[in-house]
Amino acid sequence: MSDVIVQSGQEVVGVGRITGPIMIVEGASNVSYDEVVEIRDGQGNLRRGRVLEVGEKTCVVQIFAGSTGLSIDGTRVRFLGDTLRIPVAEEMLGRVFDGLGNPLDGGPQPLTDHYADVNGQPINPTARIYPRDYIQTGISAIDGLNTLLRGQKLPIFSGAGMPHDQLAAQIVRQATLGAATDAPASGQVEQFAIVFAAMGVKHDVANFFRRSFTDSGALTRVAMFLNLADDPPVERLVTPRAALTLAEYLAYERGMHVLVILTDMTNYCEALRQISNIRGEVPSRKGYPGYLYSDLASMYERTGRIRTSEGSITQIPILTMPSDDITHPVPDLTGYITEGQITLGRELDHSGIYPPIAVLPSLSRLMKDGIGQGRTRGDHPRWGAQLYAAYAHMQDVRSLASVIGEEELGEVDQKYLKFGRAFEKEFVNQSLTENRTIEQTLSIGWRLLSMLPKDELTRVSLDELKQYYKGDDADH
Amino acid sequence: MSEQIGTVTWISGPVVRARGSRYVGMLELVEVGEERLVGEVIGLNGDIITVQVYEETSGMKPGAPMYGTGLPLSVELGPGLLKSIFDGVQRPLPLIEIESGSFIGRGMRLDPLYRKDRWKFTPTAKAGDVVSRSAIIGTVMETETFEHRIMVPADLSGTLSWVAPSGEYTIEEPIAKLKVGNQEKILTMLQRWPVRKPRPYLNRLRGTTPLITGQRVLDTFFPVSKGGAAGIPGPFGSGKTVTQHSIAKWADAQVIVYIGCGERGNEMTEVLQEFPHLVDPRSGRPLMERTVLIANTSNMPVAAREASIYTGITIAEYYRDMGYHVALMADSTSRWAEALREVSGRLEEMPAEEGYPAYLAGRLAEFYERAGYVETMNDHIGSVTIVGAVSPPGGDFSEPVTQHTKRFIRCFWALDKSLSSARHFPSINWLDSYSEYLDDVAEWWQEKVGKDWLKMRNHAMELLSEESRLSQIVKLVGPDALPDEERLVLETSRLLREGFLQQNAMDKVDAYSTIQKQIRMLELILHFHERGLRIVKHGAPISLIHNLPIVDTLIRMKSLIPNEELEKMEDIQKQIDEQMSQLDAEYR
Repeated sequence: MSDVIVQSGQEVVGVGRITGPIMIVEGASNVSYDEVVEIRDGQGNLRRGRVLEVGEKTCVVQIFAGSTGLSIDGTRVRFLGDTLRIPVAEEMLGRVFDGLGNPLDGGPQPLTDHYADVNGQPINPTARIYPRDYIQTGISAIDGLNTLLRGQKLPIFSGAGMPHDQLAAQIVRQATLGAATDAPASGQVEQFAIVFAAMGVKHDVANFFRRSFTDSGALTRVAMFLNLADDPPVERLVTPRAALTLAEYLAYERGMHVLVILTDMTNYCEALRQISNIRGEVPSRKGYPGYLYSDLASMYERTGRIRTSEGSITQIPILTMPSDDITHPVPDLTGYITEGQITLGRELDHSGIYPPIAVLPSLSRLMKDGIGQGRTRGDHPRWGAQLYAAYAHMQDVRSLASVIGEEELGEVDQKYLKFGRAFEKEFVNQSLTENRTIEQTLSIGWRLLSMLPKDELTRVSLDELKQYYKGDDADH
Repeated sequence: MSEQIGTVTWISGPVVRARGSRYVGMLELVEVGEERLVGEVIGLNGDIITVQVYEETSGMKPGAPMYGTGLPLSVELGPGLLKSIFDGVQRPLPLIEIESGSFIGRGMRLDPLYRKDRWKFTPTAKAGDVVSRSAIIGTVMETETFEHRIMVPADLSGTLSWVAPSGEYTIEEPIAKLKVGNQEKILTMLQRWPVRKPRPYLNRLRGTTPLITGQRVLDTFFPVSKGGAAGIPGPFGSGKTVTQHSIAKWADAQVIVYIGCGERGNEMTEVLQEFPHLVDPRSGRPLMERTVLIANTSNMPVAAREASIYTGITIAEYYRDMGYHVALMADSTSRWAEALREVSGRLEEMPAEEGYPAYLAGRLAEFYERAGYVETMNDHIGSVTIVGAVSPPGGDFSEPVTQHTKRFIRCFWALDKSLSSARHFPSINWLDSYSEYLDDVAEWWQEKVGKDWLKMRNHAMELLSEESRLSQIVKLVGPDALPDEERLVLETSRLLREGFLQQNAMDKVDAYSTIQKQIRMLELILHFHERGLRIVKHGAPISLIHNLPIVDTLIRMKSLIPNEELEKMEDIQKQIDEQMSQLDAEYR
């Protein structure tokens, strides 16, 4: 095979080797790292790929749609001379795209000359605005104990069969910018948008979200990027990036408040592992590549607010923990990057609690900056710490009770047990359509805390006890 | 200075190979491609040069030129470092923002230190003085209260032939001339030092002064001495960053170097927005004025993340050499180790444990050994204390980075997820943590507070470990089965946990405790135990002791009694005595 100096748009005929979705193209020079290629098989069908590694005479290409039907001599590869870009436009809201940003809904290509690199660029930390505005989701376990802020990335750690989709849909339906309980409601309408990316999820799941967006009347504000379970896995590596590229455009150039839902990150990571494996890279934990952390960070960190724009990106990635193991590399590395996590608990789910949010392993790191005086209510921070502490102690009591029996417990510990049950039934539990104000959430919490003796409540201030504590030994 | 030394032949992410000159040095700084992306030579094999590039390499092609600089990767040192925020290879992020907007562009070549500022230089040496390496020849007020000492470069010595008169100079203007042998060198306030080479000092001394952080669990229970090295390992959500921030805010060091290595962007923004508004209790100036920030967040190029640790420690050593006490926070060393692993993987090196290269332990040792309490070349005393966060996957402390780190630190602050889940902050597990500096700093405590700190501390630790043993029994049979003396241990331990170890970083009064307050609080809780033990022996039931109003007071005293009003503690002691005596009288 003779050397061909490839100009952008020129084709190389024939490839050197094909293994799974990876092929090695020989004899092409002037190829750039991370360039997009167009691959034409023997029948003339087109698919796309991307250069993963480039040497003087050979380059390694990843084929998004997989290599089925490609042959060594019958394949033509055209190097497009640019990194992967997708069109971005406001008109993309209300539309459905595939994992690479091509229309799936039969509509035309978005009409724009604005094409953005799917890899994005890192936000300069000096250009960020620290998130401080809280989003009221109407869900007590989130608003009260794991408050979500605008510009935060807060994943849902779930397991197979748990209602993470319902929860995400409910958040989307109910989310409004929270206001302090004492502030008048602002009549200002802000521009919001939802960008939804599905990676390797079932058709049912995609349809569920679609229906849910339709029911809430939000469909015209939603752009969907779908790479479903039967779509090529390699395309999955681009799907969340394509979605985030649109989100960045909407947030930072159109000033919208964008909520991005990525589901399911575990499938994404598996696709990454597959490619890494075929390339013969040195694996780290459970076969995942050593750069999984950096790779995930390159997506999760595309969240936030910047000084030059009104808009914001809030991310809710959903991931299913294989065998509910939170130490599995995918949830583990995610937890190290994201600003907290909403963890769903199998036991709560079994006892019919919805949403089954396991409060103790859940966390919102940014919560402290979005709640309290002038934001939610002055007692909120200590109220939250107290509920956490009491519920954590209740867990100890519960395990003790399972050994020695409930009757053997001291009087105070019995109260803790009652508190724990009520906490799960009345605070965590709520219906799919119940939209609680922050005021309601706080007062349910105080009602539950009032089931405990006053001197157990050491996290809240004495003034707060005086004002809100309604237990037997309350001051009258 | 930069001539073409080779031509790129292969590109894979941050690793690039080129064919070219055999005279390129290992660890030399090079520029790659027309965009002149900065990189560092990490391997040489015949005429093949392997380079790690500190920027995104998308779009680069084989055939692109590579330029040499003849210099190793270095940092710029001089007035203007404080209050700055740099990326991992010391590019100033605020200027990058001005140049390329909210997103970090590529091929940005910016001077780390601002060239045009004029600094008021006051000479302290004169022409004719024979000066050794790092000798101080003048001073500059870098902030209103911080004296930046201008030193002869650490690799030069000789006779000063001229020193500039007092006046305002930029960092590039000559401020002295130094005769080295027959050569005359022009000295400016701006110096460079290669990041991978530790700066020299005269002697290493035993550090006997603790780094006081105002965090009770650290200062009282697990102190780190100035010049020591401490590790904070913990799973996600266990409060590593909050602890690091607290130390950066309150530590009694004169200079803080904070390295955000592969962590969240919002966290760096938080520091950037918060520190200018927080006041250093010692100098009365904004905390930012003693801080240098290095931010290489997780989505910034991975090779620059590897460099960020060295950039930070070199700056820390520079201030140490002026005779200052410097504390360096690295959050997180695991991300740095992962950057090593990623580059190693691309080089197809043989992996050791979990894919990490075999030289991981060596690199960690080199880094932690750059901490130290030293006599500087100019006869001052200075120190660098390193506090490194470790992020073990799955919170498993047996993984390689945690294990190797443990070999090179002497203070281990183990964070515990179950404590943070129960909102016990700082969630440092008192049973898994240790400090080997206890004996080193005991004398200092004795001098400062006049009390036997170590004895009290050890007594409290005994109670806490006794509690852990007893709670095993409680889990099996319930608390009622224990004799009252042991239940008192549980009660006192609860006071220690909730009243002493827990500290609320958000509470104005509680966020910082002076050592006087710490020792007094500990004393009161132990006094409660001692009195309680006596009356329990006389037959007073534990349930009544539990219900004494003083118990609640002891738990709340941390936020009720400010550092300046410690005399109120006397009142608490009186209450303990009164309430105990009264109870005692009933059961005697």
